[in-house]
Amino acid sequence: MTDAHITGPFIAAIDQGTTSSRCIVFDTDGRIVSVDQKEHEQIFPKPGWVEHNAAEIWTNVQEVVDSAIAKAGITSADVKAIGITNQRETTVLWDKNTGEPVHNALVWQDTRTDALCKELGRNVGQDRFRRETGLPLASYFAGPKIRWLLDNVEGLRERAERGEILFGTMDSWVIWNLTGGVDGGVHVTDVTNASRTMLMNLHTLDWDQKILESMDVPAAVLPEIRSSAEVYGSAAGGALAGVPVASALGDQQAALFGQTCFAEGEAKSTYGTGTFMLMNTGSEPVNSYNGLLTTVGYRIGDQPPVYALEGSIAVTGSLVQWMRDQMGLISTAAEIETLAMSVEDNGGAYFVPAFSGLFAPYWRDDARGVIAGLTRYVTKAHIARAVLEATAWQTREISDAMTKDSGVELTALKVDGGMTSNNLLMQTLSDFLDAPVVRPMVAETTCLGAAYAAGLAVGYWPDTDALRANWRRAAEWTPHMDADKRDREYKSWLKAVERTMGWLEDDADEE
Amino acid sequence: MAKNIQSLERAAAMLRLLAGGERRLGLSDIASSLELAKGTAHGILRTLQAEGFVEQDPASGRYQLGAELLRLGNSYLDVHELRARALVWTDDLARSSGESVHLGVLHQHGVLIVHHVFRPDDSRQVLEVGAMQPLHSTALGKVLSAYDPVAHSEVMEVERKAFTPRTVTGLADFESMLDHARARGWAADVEETWEGVASLAAPITDRRRMPVGAVAITGAVERICDDGELRSELVAAVRDCARAVSRDLGAQRF
Repeated sequence: MTDAHITGPFIAAIDQGTTSSRCIVFDTDGRIVSVDQKEHEQIFPKPGWVEHNAAEIWTNVQEVVDSAIAKAGITSADVKAIGITNQRETTVLWDKNTGEPVHNALVWQDTRTDALCKELGRNVGQDRFRRETGLPLASYFAGPKIRWLLDNVEGLRERAERGEILFGTMDSWVIWNLTGGVDGGVHVTDVTNASRTMLMNLHTLDWDQKILESMDVPAAVLPEIRSSAEVYGSAAGGALAGVPVASALGDQQAALFGQTCFAEGEAKSTYGTGTFMLMNTGSEPVNSYNGLLTTVGYRIGDQPPVYALEGSIAVTGSLVQWMRDQMGLISTAAEIETLAMSVEDNGGAYFVPAFSGLFAPYWRDDARGVIAGLTRYVTKAHIARAVLEATAWQTREISDAMTKDSGVELTALKVDGGMTSNNLLMQTLSDFLDAPVVRPMVAETTCLGAAYAAGLAVGYWPDTDALRANWRRAAEWTPHMDADKRDREYKSWLKAVERTMGWLEDDADEE
Repeated sequence: MAKNIQSLERAAAMLRLLAGGERRLGLSDIASSLELAKGTAHGILRTLQAEGFVEQDPASGRYQLGAELLRLGNSYLDVHELRARALVWTDDLARSSGESVHLGVLHQHGVLIVHHVFRPDDSRQVLEVGAMQPLHSTALGKVLSAYDPVAHSEVMEVERKAFTPRTVTGLADFESMLDHARARGWAADVEETWEGVASLAAPITDRRRMPVGAVAITGAVERICDDGELRSELVAAVRDCARAVSRDLGAQRF
């Protein structure tokens, strides 16, 4: 029994996410002591546009921090450091003298920069900046969003060039406010967040002058790029006044860190509405020729940076929601497993949920969803099975792409996120990957990663080995499928994928 | 027909009326459709409303079918829903107790393991989801037999096999063991199923206090017991976990 009574000191992690802001207090074993969470408004001014009110977010962050500290029954004296993790790429510009945002934040899902990205690709196409940044020109990333704001908010470019305007992803916004705002707030970002702007050179880890010129973004607005784990400053007010702010990591990188994927070849996959898989590729960035992103995994203080390959799947948990809400075949998400378990196999049906095109490794926006292999024999239970298999096969495709790019075979996959409660999915994943799938005991790997990085920076934990020792296996699924069957099924899946492509003619007038 | 209870017949007619055509009806519509006095109709509607079979729209005062009817139709809790709800609490229990955690439900005269959290050490362990455990000798089985009348009647029918010298097989002894479990709210298995292994379980109930499953920790008897007694802090941890999951089911189902 290790639960006598939880004793300090503690680390507080702030997770500024897409739908809510949270604060979790962790103890030295990485256990959760208290949590508070608050949602913020999703603003949709036009189809495809998504905004957040950055001022509302900062208010919520202050509230959840104060409340989590109060719930834990502790004071700032008990907290050694604050770690930050955040929704990536979401972009805010604010006035450095008043602290007021000049416009709502443009959220990563916002597609208003689609046309701008095409234009920036010029004759080269979407890979124009890939060698420097590891990213294709796509609307997610922050650089084009800054450009859009400078072009569309009246007078903003002049103010920016005069040095009155600051840019930040949500880490920078939170840290600047937390460390005092107009009263001496520090304007910094970390390498992982900077690697999602399309403005940072992956090799020098500094802003790339040529890209800044091409994108027409004045250097004066940019924060200083720091490591993911070091003391940036101290909290200026609130329940944690005086506590060092000591880490920042984009959410997926934080989950990689929280899952203690510290060795080359270790990978994690987070199963939510969509899925993000990241693999640690060591101290050199690996170029992807198979549709993955190259990104910074983390950097601890002065140590060399650790890079990662990233693959995302647009539709995973949201396919189960679609079965529930649009098809009405199940009444709760968990029931998909019950329905799928009522049959032995997929009955020959394959479901490729290319609802808005195919993402990694294909990147085909002319693709649309397909259910292939239908016969009279197929029931809704077979479709349920095909739904779960779709998530597993898409993971397999990303894992194959990672192996091709990095030359490293996946030895085991660490998983987290809501869908890990689906036992059949986890077993199927292990069968299709032909590798063990492991779920850790703390589900909050994102916050934990930010807490770990902050704790390392202030010496709360001595090194990454101590963090590894904290990692606990809650469950492990091992492959049981024979190789012939796996190969046959994979072939059928790939055939189904082929049938999604080219559904839309040209690019014209989709949706 | 004469022997049937008139008010129940009228209540059934009202439910059928609300189920067809226009879904929301006012008191006078209902009364006139069924040729009842308004007062009589209102009395029946009020009773149906108190039972949750009928709801009244606060704005218009009209009546419609209530959520309880839906619940009757789907009263069984999906085991995968149970697992999803239990996930964080069972992880927490494994961490705080240092032992493995199992979630079990009644299935074909036994206990079906629907969720398993490994003991938080680095030892190799195999996931036991889908495995069956006996009803009469395990802590999970005893809790289910004590609280779920269906499990109880099943455990009376099965052969209560002696797995170890400590397995309780006699009917009277077994019944008094279940009484004991009901009285204190939890059950134990100290080397009654496996030599050297002890477990502790508590019931999970839904919002209507119906037992839907049980949660247990299982480990070496030396760790679960202290001087021959079950360790009270472990009992408290298991019961806290069962209560937390039950609360989650009650608060969020419908």
